[in-house]
Amino acid sequence: MATVAETNPAPHSAKGTGGHSWTRWLVVAVPYIWLILFFVAPFLIIFKISLSDTAIAMPPYLPTFDGFGSIGEFFSELDFENYIFLTDDPLYIMSYLSSLRIAAISTILLLLIGYPMALAMARAPTSIRPTLVMLVILPFWTSFLIRVYAWIGILKPDGLLTLALQTIGLMGEGEQVQIFRTDYAVFIGIVYSYLPFMVLPLYAALEKMDNTLLEAASDLGCPPWKAFWKITFPLSLPGVIAGSMICFIPITGEFVIPDLLGGADTLMIGKTLWTEFFGNRDWPLASAVAVILLVMLVVPIMIFQNQQKKVV
Amino acid sequence: MRNHLLGMAVALAATALGSSAFAQEKVVHVYNWSDYIDESILADFTKETGIKVVYDVFDSNDLVETKLLAGGSGYDVVVPTAPFLARQIQAGVFQKLDKSKLPNMTNLWPLVSERLAKYDPGNEYAINYMWGTTGIGYNVDKVKAALGDVPVDSWDILFKPENAEKLKSCGINILDASDETFAIAMNYIGKDPDSKESADLEAGGEVYKKIRPFVKTFNASAYIDELANGDSCITIGWSGDVLQAKSRAEEAGNGVNVEFVIPKEGTYMWFDNLAIPADAKNVDEAHAFINYLMKPEVIAKASNYVQYANGNLASQQFIDKEVLDNPSVYPPEEVVNKLFTISPYGPREQRVLNRVWTQVKTGS
Repeated sequence: MATVAETNPAPHSAKGTGGHSWTRWLVVAVPYIWLILFFVAPFLIIFKISLSDTAIAMPPYLPTFDGFGSIGEFFSELDFENYIFLTDDPLYIMSYLSSLRIAAISTILLLLIGYPMALAMARAPTSIRPTLVMLVILPFWTSFLIRVYAWIGILKPDGLLTLALQTIGLMGEGEQVQIFRTDYAVFIGIVYSYLPFMVLPLYAALEKMDNTLLEAASDLGCPPWKAFWKITFPLSLPGVIAGSMICFIPITGEFVIPDLLGGADTLMIGKTLWTEFFGNRDWPLASAVAVILLVMLVVPIMIFQNQQKKVV
Repeated sequence: MRNHLLGMAVALAATALGSSAFAQEKVVHVYNWSDYIDESILADFTKETGIKVVYDVFDSNDLVETKLLAGGSGYDVVVPTAPFLARQIQAGVFQKLDKSKLPNMTNLWPLVSERLAKYDPGNEYAINYMWGTTGIGYNVDKVKAALGDVPVDSWDILFKPENAEKLKSCGINILDASDETFAIAMNYIGKDPDSKESADLEAGGEVYKKIRPFVKTFNASAYIDELANGDSCITIGWSGDVLQAKSRAEEAGNGVNVEFVIPKEGTYMWFDNLAIPADAKNVDEAHAFINYLMKPEVIAKASNYVQYANGNLASQQFIDKEVLDNPSVYPPEEVVNKLFTISPYGPREQRVLNRVWTQVKTGS
C-alpha cells in the first residue's frame, strides 16, 4: 500500500508533505486498530477469564474486575490452575491431537482433489475461466449450515446415497450406508465445505504461471510428468502453502461439522470446548482450552507469514 | 422439553415479524423450549391483553443457562428446568415474582409446588409450566422381535448388557442429558440418585460403559423422529417426546408402534418452570403472561397440545380424557411416589459428571 503511494503520489497530496504523511499514517494505522480492537482486546479478556475460578454467579467466574481501587487484590486471585488441570486430564491432549490429525488428513485430501481442479481451471481457455471461478464460488450463495444439513440427508442410513446405490443395484434392499455419525462423514463434510478455499489460492498461483516454460521443457525432451514436478509444482508452491494454511487452521477448531455429522466418539477440540463452556459452565477452563488452541495455531500461521514474505 | 425443526422455524419467523413491530407497543419477550406450546395461546393472549408476544425457542438447558449467566439476554419470561433453575436462582439470574400480580396462582397443584420448592424454597421465583418423567420409549414390535415376549417394565431391558446386545441391530439411543441419565443409573444400581460422590458417579457411568458398544446414538432431540420412522427401536427419552413420536408414527401410517413406559424401579421427575430474569425490561407484561398461562382452560390447551402434565390442578377438568387418563402423562399416585428429583450440581461435581459422561460417549 505504502509503496504504491510513494511511487504514484496522488496530485493533491503532492502539494504538502504534511498531509501526505498524515494520510499515510492513517492507512498504516487502520489494520493495527483493527487488530487491537478485534484480536488483542478479546484475547486479553479470554486470557484473563482463563486465570479465574468458576463460581455460581453472573458471569459464572471470579474475580471480576471492579475498578482500579482493588486492582492488587484482583491480580492476586488469578492463577494458572486451569492450565495445570489441562495437562492432568488426557481428554484435552487427546482432543488436540485428534483435531490436528483430522485437520492434517483433510488438508491432504483437499490438496489431492483441489490441485487437479485448479490445474484444469488454469489450463482452460481464457474465455471460460471466469465462469469456472464463478462455479467454484457458487456454493457460498447458500448458507454453510444448510449445506452441512444437506449432507445429513445424503449420508443418513435411509438417505439419498443408500437410495441411489440401491437403485443402480450396488446395494441390496436391506443394506444401508453406514457413514453418517462416523469420522468418514466428518471428512466428507470438511472436504466439501473447504474445497473452494483450497482451489482459489491454487488457481491464483497456477494461472499466472508462464506456459512458455513448459513448451521449452517439452522442446528439450522433458516428458510432461517430469515437467510438472520440475516446473509447475515448484512454481505453485506459494498457492499450495496458502491453500493448506487457510484450510488447516480453521479445520483444527471446527465445531459445526463434527457436531452435525460426526459420531459421539468423534473427538475434536471444538466439541470439547463447547462441553466445557455450555455443559460444565466452566468458562475459565474453556478459555484456557481456547488460549492453548490459539498458541498451537500461531506456529502454522507464522510459517504462512514467512512464506508470504518470500513471495513478495 | 421438545425439539422440532418446524416449530423452531415458525417461532423464528414469528420473532422476525415481531421485532419489526412499533417500539411503543406493549411487548413481552418469551424464551421457551421449541414446540412446547399451542401457538394459538400466544395470539389469544395478545387479543385479550394487547401485549405482543415475541416468542423465541431453545432446545437445551445448557444454552439457556449460558445466555442468562452472560447477562442482558433481553428475555422477560424464561422456562428453565428445575435443577438448572436452582443454580440460576443462586447465581442471581432471576427476580422474585410479585404474587399480587398473579391472582391465578390459586389454581396451582400443591403437590407439584411442594416438589418444586426443593429447587426454589418458598416458591418465590418460579411457577411450574409442565412436568414429566424420563423413561423408556420403544418400538413394540422390534423389541419383541429382538427379546421375545418379555414385559417391558424395567430398566433391565436396556441396562442388562445381554439385552442391549440383542437390541443393538435395531438401534439404541441414550438421552444426552448427563444429570438425568446418571440419576437414573445410580438409582438402578441401588445408590442414591441424588448422590454427588465421585465414586457413585463413576459407578453410574459404569452402567452405560457396559452397554456402550451396543448404543448407536446419544441425542436429546433427533430421537423423536428416529423412533417414529423406525431408525431406532429403544431410547431413554422424555415422556412427551416419546408420545409425540407415537403420534407422528400413527399419522405417517408406517406401521411403527411406539410406547412409553415408566420403569418399575422409578425414574427422574423434572419440572420446566416460568421465571422472570432480574434484568427483564417488561416486568409487568411478564407477570401478565405468566398469570394468563395459569388460567385453567389456557394451560389445559397447552397440555392437550404438548402431551405433558402441568402444575395446575384446576386445569384438569379441561384436559382431554386421553391425556389425563394416560398413566405416562399423569402417572397414578403409587408411581408418582417412586419418582425422584435431584438437586443441582456444584462446579467441581459437574466437572466429574461430564468427564465421566464424555468417557461414556467417546467409548474411552
